[in-house]
Amino acid sequence: MKQKSGFIDTAMFYLLIPMVFAALYFVFIWSPVEKFMGAPQKIFYFHVSCAWVAFLAFFTVGYYSVRTLIKPNIKFHIHAGISAEIGVLFTTITLLTGMIWGKSSWNTWWTWEPRLATTLILWFIYVAYLFVRRMEGSWEKIAKLSAVFGIIGVINVPIVFMAIRWWNTKLHPVVFGDGKNQDGGGIEPPMLFTLLFCIFTITLLYAYLMRKGIEIEKMRHAVKKAKNKAINRLAG
Amino acid sequence: MKAIISDAWTIAGKDLGNEWKNKQTIGMMVIFSSLVILVFSFAFDPTNNMVKAVIPGLIWLITIFSGLLGLNRSFLSEQENDSITGLRSAPIDPSSIYLGKVMANCTMVAAVQIISIPVLFLLFDYRFMGEFLWFLLVLAAGTLGFIIVGTFLAALAVNAKNSEMLLPVLLLPLLSPLMIAAVQATRIILENADIQDAMSWIQLMAAYDLLFLAACFFLFEFIMEGS
Repeated sequence: MKQKSGFIDTAMFYLLIPMVFAALYFVFIWSPVEKFMGAPQKIFYFHVSCAWVAFLAFFTVGYYSVRTLIKPNIKFHIHAGISAEIGVLFTTITLLTGMIWGKSSWNTWWTWEPRLATTLILWFIYVAYLFVRRMEGSWEKIAKLSAVFGIIGVINVPIVFMAIRWWNTKLHPVVFGDGKNQDGGGIEPPMLFTLLFCIFTITLLYAYLMRKGIEIEKMRHAVKKAKNKAINRLAG
Repeated sequence: MKAIISDAWTIAGKDLGNEWKNKQTIGMMVIFSSLVILVFSFAFDPTNNMVKAVIPGLIWLITIFSGLLGLNRSFLSEQENDSITGLRSAPIDPSSIYLGKVMANCTMVAAVQIISIPVLFLLFDYRFMGEFLWFLLVLAAGTLGFIIVGTFLAALAVNAKNSEMLLPVLLLPLLSPLMIAAVQATRIILENADIQDAMSWIQLMAAYDLLFLAACFFLFEFIMEGS
């Protein structure tokens, strides 16, 4: 069992190195430069992949929160926590890259566009989630409390999106997917390929980070247990 | 179901009775909301015409800020003398504790609003011209949603040592859709614009209230087990 997980990690690691370099090559050299936006458009590949991974990570948090409530298990608790940490990281990257791109193409660092604002509020919700996990107490207690908050947070995300959409469009009906930066002209095949490749690479990176994080967290728990045991033996 | 509601009444009655005796929390809330108004009148010059634009936001800001004080107290006060253990071991459904606390908090925040909103209008010299009943409806829907989520998270946050700091951090991002809807609906009503425009915001608030009431009602059991 232990050998196998180590093998998967090593394999993923050695797969990721060439893939990241290939993704960089595709993004910066192989894919064509966009006519209107120019070179800054290249940030879009990483931006979209990070945003996708951020939402995937938070969906994972919701999933494991439900599992934790149904049957408390330290494994689910750890999975949810690591996923939230990685999610916060990728949401931060998404927000930063989005701001850089917005500055170059909308000439403003920030607008209250639904997707931007939802991502920002999502970031706040999951930072709060990490605060809940930092409470003192037994893991069973924290697992329950954080799982409850995780579920409430996931319920909130679509409502936030709808509310901000209505707010910003001044109550005009919105046709789904008709956003500001979704040009109707579609996307060049090489660009699409690069985008999909980037998404795949970053998702793999997420899976790898997730596995590593879970391993570290498990070690932490094992050390804590051993410490408590040693202290009890010394005291007794 | 009937038992849950009657138990909830008992708990709400206990909380409100306590509050009626010492009037400490509610007094603080009223004073605090007046202070917020005072600070805002320094920040935005009340003689300026632009004040009209910020009144709907101010109504909700004072509600949330003063409400946070009350929400913090509502479960912290149970921790003194470990009364929360008593509540938990009582032969009642945990959800009725939640419902009772929601009722008590809602009454308290409404009482504060009855004082603080007229004070706000007075100090900012604002003449109310909208439809009064619609205004009350929007206030009720927004406040109810705030209390529903706030009471739930107060019960969650009370387990931490720094619960006063934790509660706003947990609560404010979750409140954001409700606040957008409440401020927009209030603005439309105060400007005496077409009620039809405010309808979709009121519907959003109602949906938020119902959804979170259901979710919190069922999840509260886990918080009580966990704490």
